[in-house]
Amino acid sequence: MSFKVGLNTDKKNTQENSSEIVVEGLGKKYKRFPNHWARLAEYFSAAQYCGHKPIWVLRNINFKVHAGESVGIIGQNGAGKSTLLKILAGTTKPSEGTVKLSRNIAALLELGLGFHPDFTGRENVNMSCQMMGHRAEEIIGLIPEIEKFSELGEYFDQPLRVYSTGMQMRLAFSAVTVTRPEVLIVDEALAVGDAYFQHKCMQRIRAFKKEGTTLLFVSHDPGAVKSLCDRALLFDKGRLFKDDSPDVVLDYYNAMIAKKKGDEEIKQVENELGKTVTRSGSGQVRIQKVDVLDEENRSVRAFSVGDTITICCYLQFHADIKNPTIGFIIRDRLGNDVFGTNTYYLNIGEHAYKKRDHVCFKFTMKLNIGTGNYSLCVAVHSGYEHIEKSYDWWDQCMVFQVIPNNSFTFVGSAALPVEVDIQGMQ
Amino acid sequence: MEIIKYIPFESRFSALWRYRSFVGSMVIREFRIRYLGSLLGSIWSILNPLAMIFIYTIIFSKIMRAKLAGVNDTMAFGLFLCAGLLTWGYFSELLNRCQYIFIEQANLLKKMKFPRITLPAILFLSSSLNFMIIFGIFILFLLITHRFPGWSILGFVPLLLMQQGFALGFGVFLGTLNVFFRDIGHFIGIVLQFWFWLTPIVYPITILPDRFQSLIRMNPMSRIVMSYQNIILRNEWPVWEDLQLHILISLASMILGAFIFVRLSGDIVDEL
Repeated sequence: MSFKVGLNTDKKNTQENSSEIVVEGLGKKYKRFPNHWARLAEYFSAAQYCGHKPIWVLRNINFKVHAGESVGIIGQNGAGKSTLLKILAGTTKPSEGTVKLSRNIAALLELGLGFHPDFTGRENVNMSCQMMGHRAEEIIGLIPEIEKFSELGEYFDQPLRVYSTGMQMRLAFSAVTVTRPEVLIVDEALAVGDAYFQHKCMQRIRAFKKEGTTLLFVSHDPGAVKSLCDRALLFDKGRLFKDDSPDVVLDYYNAMIAKKKGDEEIKQVENELGKTVTRSGSGQVRIQKVDVLDEENRSVRAFSVGDTITICCYLQFHADIKNPTIGFIIRDRLGNDVFGTNTYYLNIGEHAYKKRDHVCFKFTMKLNIGTGNYSLCVAVHSGYEHIEKSYDWWDQCMVFQVIPNNSFTFVGSAALPVEVDIQGMQ
Repeated sequence: MEIIKYIPFESRFSALWRYRSFVGSMVIREFRIRYLGSLLGSIWSILNPLAMIFIYTIIFSKIMRAKLAGVNDTMAFGLFLCAGLLTWGYFSELLNRCQYIFIEQANLLKKMKFPRITLPAILFLSSSLNFMIIFGIFILFLLITHRFPGWSILGFVPLLLMQQGFALGFGVFLGTLNVFFRDIGHFIGIVLQFWFWLTPIVYPITILPDRFQSLIRMNPMSRIVMSYQNIILRNEWPVWEDLQLHILISLASMILGAFIFVRLSGDIVDEL
């Protein structure tokens, strides 16, 4: 353990007040010993003998989080997300580097808060509150709050061992968030709650966010990250891979999952608006150009609600490929999927293509979606999802706008035909 | 702003004070865990030592008529046994539980941030609570049977502090190592057995041949246990000059325990 830090002077503190969390050169090393004797030998030989193999689960992590910012943390299993959160929450010590953070930090790591199975929810929560540093006289007032929010009813006074996983999570979340913390750390725990409680948790997190809580949020749910976070950090194999807006990072992450199988590279290129987008795939098929056409086959970038749109994907094959799937996704400005389909879902018959074939796929549909800016993602892959083998995956290759049409005004993202019938009642 | 870093020792103690209500609740919880799910609850904490004292004093003294040389009292052997056994129980309970201090609390250590130093404090207080109940009953028994020794009973306090200080320091040392080498728990089980019989608890040292007597006297616990027995049976104050070494051992073990705890407490969570 060779990390040393100097205490900041007060002057520096006030300067950096806007950064709630500052992580510099952070690394976490686990020692893996081939056997117990090696550990014994290392302990007794002072510095001469090193019996362990260092396993770096995090290395060289640098980032800052400003007060009030909410940051999503994304990455595959084993990427080091949870270790990072543990270090930030203070349960694990870093092996190198420094972490500076606000004093008032609340963390929900894994499930529960170290609850004891033989004690009731009330007793356990009481203990957790004390551990979080609440004063005894405060806790008396907090317990009814927790009881109310967790909605456990009579289970609140039952021992923890009769709780389901979801109920434990409810209790833990209610306890951790009973007062508004300056920094809230939430690991994937929320996933086990039912839809109703998840919604409730999200609402509370959003309310905290509004009041200025800094949020660190680990989730595999892209929707939650996109809607909750201003920024996302992508971790891969212990490194901070990407630090950008949630939709850019999530697109990249999506491509990374697909990359796992093949040796293709991920490129982030600029689209026609000069925005960074993700392009990945093995390159056996290249999407050369994507265009959107209106009813008269003119290339346009603005459509009215209900207009007919044709998406043209010009492909070039660089290898003999049987039955590729060509698909597209229309996304709104937040990156939420609005509509997407592909040739597999549409049951387009089997096709084989030769090397050097040039093919154009056209998808024509009625644009029954709400007004706003949309981006188009086009992909060619094998199988029905891009996970299997991605040939080319192009996020945000194209942006277009949907404007209101004069005859049909509505709110929302789906344009559903409506009939109104008014009848008098006696 | 707070910096996660090497926490200086004095701040660990101030953390202990800040978390005093947590420590208090945990001590009560530890006490309750024992009797959770039982109908009589904490009454068992009285019934158990009562049965023990009854067996040693009544059965041994009245029925088996075991006599202690040099003391003209039928109950002497029973009191002799109690003086050593009750205090040894206090000693071995703390030492034993300290060994599993981190392994038992793995769930808490991994999920919550709280000052780690509260854990040894909780164990110390919770084992002391148990002992105080047992010893209180013993004193009550002495009063009822008119065998209360007198003011020398206060000699128990420094003796117990010495003994428990050693158990705490050595226990935390073992408890830290036990996280990495689980052999320690098994090994100490055996050591405590030998140690018990190498301490004159169930036999007076005078019944041994001279050669063995000097061996037994080398065991630091012997002097302490014999001092307890002398207080109870003869109303004799401990001979403090003989106990100087014990104070040193006790302090040394606490420093050793604190050193290894500070040194490895960061690695503990990784290993659990």
